[in-house]
Amino acid sequence: MRVTLRYFAVLRELRGTDREEIELPEGTTAGEAYRRSGCPVDLPVGFAVNTAFVKAGEPLVDGDELAFLPPLGGG
Amino acid sequence: MIQVVDGTIDTRAVTDAVRDPAFGAVITFEGVGRNEMGGKPVLELEYEAWPEVAEREMRAIADEVEARWPGSRVAMVHRTGRVAIGEPSVVIAVGAAHRAEAYEASRFAIDELKKRVPVWKKERYEGGESWIANRP
Repeated sequence: MRVTLRYFAVLRELRGTDREEIELPEGTTAGEAYRRSGCPVDLPVGFAVNTAFVKAGEPLVDGDELAFLPPLGGG
Repeated sequence: MIQVVDGTIDTRAVTDAVRDPAFGAVITFEGVGRNEMGGKPVLELEYEAWPEVAEREMRAIADEVEARWPGSRVAMVHRTGRVAIGEPSVVIAVGAAHRAEAYEASRFAIDELKKRVPVWKKERYEGGESWIANRP
């Protein structure tokens, strides 16, 4: 299945882009997609699928947009 | 008034957005760029947002405030881009009939924003820069 990854902040800088498409096996979860993305494993990220916040175990489906959210710094 | 903007925040406009003849208390919180982090001088800040989701979460927080403190009104503006030391990066204004609920609502709003709103902060120092996470 094809999934669009969205990168912000430190991940955007590390990946050199704010988004990219990736091919993943059916049923891959948000957390598994993160591990396969090449992003640093020691960064505690949050996840959003199609702008809804989800946990690492959320399974993805074809066409999903998966955002990786580094630790927040707003305010 | 719930917005992510890419420029100077007009604190007075945010405050005026929550005025009402029925309100005896108007409290404005500014989150301001500070000049040091862990003993190291900070030269400037830079903020990045996921704008549509940030505004959605800010709106949800405002709705929760107005539900928990009925009759209150909230305005919330966060800016992105480079922010000078001493400049506000976020302004939250709360109007309510009485100061007790205004103080509580104001505190709740900024605490929730720091936990939920997809905004990221970078600090610039003399020798480099670093993305800084809010304390849990």
